[in-house]
Amino acid sequence: MSVVEEINQPDVANAGSGVVVRFAGDSGDGMQLTGNNFTEATAIYGNDLATFPDFPAEIRAPAGATFGVSAFQIYFGSEDVTTAGDDVDVLIAMNPAALITNLKELVPGGLIIADADAFTAKNLARAGYKDNPLEDGSLDAFRLISIGITKRVVDTVKPFGLSHKFAVRCKNMWTLGLTMWLFDRSRDAAIDGLRTKFASKPDIAEANVAAINAGHAYGETAELPTGVEVYKVPAASVKPGLYRNTTGTESLSYGIIAGGQLANVPILFASYPITPASGLLHTLSGQKQFDVMTFQAEDEIAAVCAAIGASFAGSLGVTSSSGPGISLKAEAISLACATELPLLIVNTQRGGPSTGLPTKTEQSDLYQSVFGRHGDTSLPVIAAKDSVDCFDVAIEAIRIATKYRTPVILLSDGYIANASEPWFVPDINDYTPFPVEFEAEPEGFSPVNRDPETLARVWAKPGTPGMEHRIGGIEKDAVTGDISYDSENHQKMTDIRKAKIDGIARDIPLQDIAMGSEKGAVAVVGWGSTYGSIHQGVKRCRQDGMEVSHIHIRHMWPLPANLGELLSGYEKVLVPEMNTGQLVKILRAEYMIDAKGYSKVNGQPFKIREIENEIKALAEVVK
Amino acid sequence: MNAPVKLTLKDYATDQEVRWCPGCGDYAILKTIQKLMPELGVAKENSVFVSGIGCSSRFPYYMNTFGFHTIHGRAPSVATGVKLANPELDVWMITGDGDGLSIGGNHMLHVLRRNIDLNILLFNNEIYGLTKGQYSPTSKVGTKSPSTPDGSVDSPLNPCTFALGAGAKFVARSIDTDMKHLTAVLTEGHQHRGASFVEIYQNCPVYNDEIFEHLKNKKTAPDTRLVLENGAPMIFGKEKNKGITLNVQRLALEVVTIGEAGITEADILVHDETNKVMAQMLVELQAPDFPTAIGVIYNAPAVAYVADVYSQRIEVREKQAPADLNALLRSGHTWTVE
Ligand code: SF4
Repeated sequence: MSVVEEINQPDVANAGSGVVVRFAGDSGDGMQLTGNNFTEATAIYGNDLATFPDFPAEIRAPAGATFGVSAFQIYFGSEDVTTAGDDVDVLIAMNPAALITNLKELVPGGLIIADADAFTAKNLARAGYKDNPLEDGSLDAFRLISIGITKRVVDTVKPFGLSHKFAVRCKNMWTLGLTMWLFDRSRDAAIDGLRTKFASKPDIAEANVAAINAGHAYGETAELPTGVEVYKVPAASVKPGLYRNTTGTESLSYGIIAGGQLANVPILFASYPITPASGLLHTLSGQKQFDVMTFQAEDEIAAVCAAIGASFAGSLGVTSSSGPGISLKAEAISLACATELPLLIVNTQRGGPSTGLPTKTEQSDLYQSVFGRHGDTSLPVIAAKDSVDCFDVAIEAIRIATKYRTPVILLSDGYIANASEPWFVPDINDYTPFPVEFEAEPEGFSPVNRDPETLARVWAKPGTPGMEHRIGGIEKDAVTGDISYDSENHQKMTDIRKAKIDGIARDIPLQDIAMGSEKGAVAVVGWGSTYGSIHQGVKRCRQDGMEVSHIHIRHMWPLPANLGELLSGYEKVLVPEMNTGQLVKILRAEYMIDAKGYSKVNGQPFKIREIENEIKALAEVVK
Repeated sequence: MNAPVKLTLKDYATDQEVRWCPGCGDYAILKTIQKLMPELGVAKENSVFVSGIGCSSRFPYYMNTFGFHTIHGRAPSVATGVKLANPELDVWMITGDGDGLSIGGNHMLHVLRRNIDLNILLFNNEIYGLTKGQYSPTSKVGTKSPSTPDGSVDSPLNPCTFALGAGAKFVARSIDTDMKHLTAVLTEGHQHRGASFVEIYQNCPVYNDEIFEHLKNKKTAPDTRLVLENGAPMIFGKEKNKGITLNVQRLALEVVTIGEAGITEADILVHDETNKVMAQMLVELQAPDFPTAIGVIYNAPAVAYVADVYSQRIEVREKQAPADLNALLRSGHTWTVE
């Protein structure tokens, strides 16, 4: 999400409206932590920003291996920033593998900061270098700062008596210190954070603090190559108020708590560990003061079933996973559809099929969400567009689930889950509560009594006198709720279930336009985490005078009531997706429009340039 | 809902037509439980029956309590969720040998390991009834069925052995038509805090008739049943002269006859339901060389999972500031833009 209101043009030397920095090293080098610290300092500085943590599936790949490189990219600037940036301006490479795997993203003339001590014969060979690139002139197209970081760090932290292994680990903080200097960021938050994190190990805390300060001092005092000096990236003009950084995992967790409060029901969050979804389980497990209970089940099926059991008993069951785990839950989700119980299913999508690319992002589970059930079963699907949006989307999903007594699938993805963004901190009092009413009146009670408007089935929880009833997966009589194999009744019940879900379209906002006008040459329709890239791509095209609009769908099923009509107002509809074309086929099927897909499934988010080029290519066709 | 009215069996019956085959052992179990419920001192609205899929899992439809007929094998997980959401509820879980030990074996393992406070009733008829007679994980080797026309070749699982292995703290065995014995076992299981696992031998007259007949027939039962009572010697037989002893050299149980080879009643093992090693030996006793142990085989209460979850939560709440979502949202590093 961008929080920028107005754009500040820098007018000083070595300044830009935005910079992309990528920290890259071994998965054990602490690059994610470094990136997060830098992000925090940058947010405090007042830049708008977006990040992209990109790490391997292996927890600790062999040192120096290219497949073990862990990277953290941040794009920050004085303009609105909605993606982590197309190209890298500054690359921090902690070893040869990090350099070789990331160099192709670096702009010509970009800055490389490399730990020369890690460019050993062994590491060079492992990365596939014949000669040392720091010395053979092959990096002449870039600006290079080659420093023996490891040795400097070991010297710096000597007074703290750490073992060599722990001393070397401080090199990420040394690098952070140098980067802080390079961009004129304050070290205070990082230093406070280290002292809190290692409160019980003051030696480690102080060694790391010393490393940060030493890295910073190096920048101030060393004679760096010409052209390397402090970058000026002026603060962005953002809406006044209180901010924090958030990942999608955090804001989704908080949104689940908020949704439970607004619905006035306790939450049972039942889950099973899976990358990249486990963070929700971790975050919520630490919130026992709220009415959220977590349960780490023995498998995905048990997790969703426990959530369903909790919903039956009067809590809101929530379960979460990623694609493969959602497949395992599928049978139970249909049980929740059949028994018409509220349930929230969060899918943090990753590259598939099967184990696929567990740590890489993709949005390839839309079909699974909308269609992936046996029988004629439909349920609402809602998608978050960025880390901040997860909060509101979770609340909206819980509103629909509790109001309509239906499972709801919430789609996030690996990118949203891990990427950090500044968040204008919401006030829960600004949200309208939607308290659940449990049935308690025995007179005329039947478990299939419905709200005439929403068609929601009554929710009568065990423990309420006179409400004893049975539910289950077998088809039920539409009037009595008793099991029924009657053919006409099945037609009727199928129709009711469908009408209930279809009717939700009347209770969700009409589709708005994220940028542009209601008619025109091209509409770019997106969903989920492609928001940032599409937004910037459309913006660039519009700056070039093109008639392009950006429409971003949150309610994936049922689709907003006006969407078909809205899309018919454009000559061309382009649907970029990180899959081989799922939303585009749904739109074509629903509205009989000639929408064109644009697919990317390489585990990386769209680049702005890619969207821009695709729009321009399509506009050529229009001409 | 004023003065507590004493409920009867009828209050626990539903108006639904019971759809088991004529002569099915499930009828007897249903009657026993409907009769037992008013005696347990639990408000009707607090009783919940959760089942999976199979003949036995139709059970909740016939109990006028809260009921949830779920999906195949998953009753333990749904019941766990019910109990976590509301620990006040008295939750019964009805399953069978296929539901609970085949498709749902993993969940059964974990519900027992976690010691969720449930009354778990596994109706064991050693066959798949509802899907028309295929052999099950408890079928004896050689069972002929539509899927094993030449006899099954894989080894069966002993449900009570499984339960003990999974860490169950209460393991018992009873027989569908023995109302008195079943009532006693279920009553004890109900008093147990934590998962109580009761295997009920249930006759399926359609697909696996009379497999437990030797235990039911009045003539053979005395010699084939070892009825366990805590603190009582393990004596059985028509003449009440047979007993179980431990052969220490072989570390194995033996059947002996009192009055023969100098054996007296004092030599017979006394049942101690808290002895797990003994329990593991007792559940394995099999015909024809041994009688089958029925009754409460193992009963060693321990703290149940749900209770621990709640006490941990209380502990945290006592230490931490009260729940305040706005404060949570503002926790960590924040900054103000003027
Ligand atoms: S098939 Fe067997 S177990 Fe099932 S209802 Fe009929 S007799 Fe009972």
